[in-house]
Amino acid sequence: MSELATSGGVTGRVSDLFWRRPRVLLFLLLAPPVLWLGIVYLGSLFALLAQSFFSIDEFSGQINYELTLKTYAELFRQSNLDIIIRTVVMAALVTVASIIIAFPIAYYAARYARGRWKALFYLGVMLPLWSSYLVKVYSWKLILAKEGILSWLFQTLHLQWLLDGFLALPVVGGNSLSFSPTGTFLVFVYVWLPFMILPIQAALERVPVSMIEASGDLGAAPRQTLRHVLLPLALPGIIAGSIFTFSLTLGDYIIPQIVGTSARFIGLAVYQYQGTAGNIPLAAAFAVVPIVIMGLYLWWAKRQGAFDAL
Amino acid sequence: MTSAVSFTGVSRHFGTVRAVDGVDIEIAEGEFFAMLGPSGSGKTTCLRLIAGFEQPTAGSIRLFGQEVRDLPPYRRQVNTVFQDYALFPHLNVLDNVAYGLMIAGRSKAERHREAEAALEMVALPGYGARKPSELSGGQRQRVALARALVNKPRVLLLDEPLGALDLKLREAMQEELKTLQRRLGITFVFVTHDQGEALSMADRVAVFNEGRIVQVGAPEEIYYRPQVRFVADFVGSSNILPPALTGQAGYATVRPEAVRIGAGTLPATVTAVSFLGAATRVTLDADGTRLTALLSKADARPEVGAAVMLGWDAADLHVMRAEG
Repeated sequence: MSELATSGGVTGRVSDLFWRRPRVLLFLLLAPPVLWLGIVYLGSLFALLAQSFFSIDEFSGQINYELTLKTYAELFRQSNLDIIIRTVVMAALVTVASIIIAFPIAYYAARYARGRWKALFYLGVMLPLWSSYLVKVYSWKLILAKEGILSWLFQTLHLQWLLDGFLALPVVGGNSLSFSPTGTFLVFVYVWLPFMILPIQAALERVPVSMIEASGDLGAAPRQTLRHVLLPLALPGIIAGSIFTFSLTLGDYIIPQIVGTSARFIGLAVYQYQGTAGNIPLAAAFAVVPIVIMGLYLWWAKRQGAFDAL
Repeated sequence: MTSAVSFTGVSRHFGTVRAVDGVDIEIAEGEFFAMLGPSGSGKTTCLRLIAGFEQPTAGSIRLFGQEVRDLPPYRRQVNTVFQDYALFPHLNVLDNVAYGLMIAGRSKAERHREAEAALEMVALPGYGARKPSELSGGQRQRVALARALVNKPRVLLLDEPLGALDLKLREAMQEELKTLQRRLGITFVFVTHDQGEALSMADRVAVFNEGRIVQVGAPEEIYYRPQVRFVADFVGSSNILPPALTGQAGYATVRPEAVRIGAGTLPATVTAVSFLGAATRVTLDADGTRLTALLSKADARPEVGAAVMLGWDAADLHVMRAEG
């Protein structure tokens, strides 16, 4: 009589095959996502990028399929350069503000929250993501409006002069908060904040308590521990989060339309050039800008040692 | 002389759990002091109380005569070697060792020179440029030691520092730690659950059970004259005899090498015989009590299952006080 267990039919034989050749299983698991990302996503991205090397005939509006850098030269026209600078500055400010707000929340969640509090934290961070982004943006428009709750709060506290003074400032001010760059900034920070909190929390979660204790043990006051231990170890998470907030702000074309001045951002420019204006080469060239900026940012982050602790 | 570390009625309760419950300790300056006990006995909490990671619920802790109740860890002249070493993964070995000096505001050249000297002391010269992740467990342990010692602490706390090492390395490190401690003259407070480690390294051992110290003394004292059954049990090498077998008032211990087979008054059955090399271990059963005897080469070896009589010199029988 055989001592070996009998094979379990077709599924059993398939399992046996996977056991003998683990690479077959790996291939089957990876093929669909690789095809999806590689062909459908990257393929269409490259198709778009290829368009940026074409140009548009200004009279006929027809695309001229000759490779040229003319479209890129157009990016450096003052009006287009303004769009790029405005977007990058906004994205950078949103990212910095997100880091400052997210870090304490993430630290609390990683270090102190246990059980129900941790569940509450995840719920609190994720809950805004459950409702439509448009609903949230429009709610903020109401909050920031001239007759909105924020304005009411300032009035009630007799601080109306403060709000008016702020709105009278050049660059950041405007008619009301919902028609000012500050409003755009606030809504961006609110909408992308979860994407900053979660990676920082994940990074801090991996820092053992003993490491923080060791720093204190070696004489470091809490702020020194923050600077020399916590921030460096959270850096991969901060970088990951800033990739989200930075690139999402760079690409968004809805928030600046609803809240803020009518000044254009890159996302809006891409949307308008490829849509109403029908200038696909210029839209494509604009789409390259965030990719280049993110590439430079990651290169800089790597040089700063952000990924050394990974 | 003021003690290096002094606990008076120290308790640390976590809710209803009494992790440390009314502990008194006096650790002399320059002493190698071991805290021995099973996990959850309060020894690590005591260490953390000295370091300042925990605050006592009650009682007073003094370091060199100074009350440290409200002193945060970073203001205590105490350094810790952590159980998991807690080396900073983003810093190389040299910067890890120099961390305390960097915080103290010493110049780069100075702290690197001192860190290099500390690495030499733990036999890791030239390892400064590596990352902690590139080191073996034993090497990381040495780096953790160097990182603590470079600050010239007055008390060095070691939390099961050898726990993660394999046996051979552990024995070598025991020797090294002992030599190092003698040379530097720093007070070492060492937490372990390994009685062999505590007995072989320490000048004095405190045995912990359920948040209390059950006995403090020199290793010989702990080993030969356990005051309560728990100590005899935990230190582990002695036979524990209930009053019924000895006719004494309390439980008594007798060491395996003092048990004589063949001459005596206690009837027993041989249950196992194992050859250990230098000696032979005989396991016996006397009316339900398990006993071991160590026989030297010259002694006759009994058969398994044989009925024998056991005896010992009256001086070898150590009677313990009843459990409190």
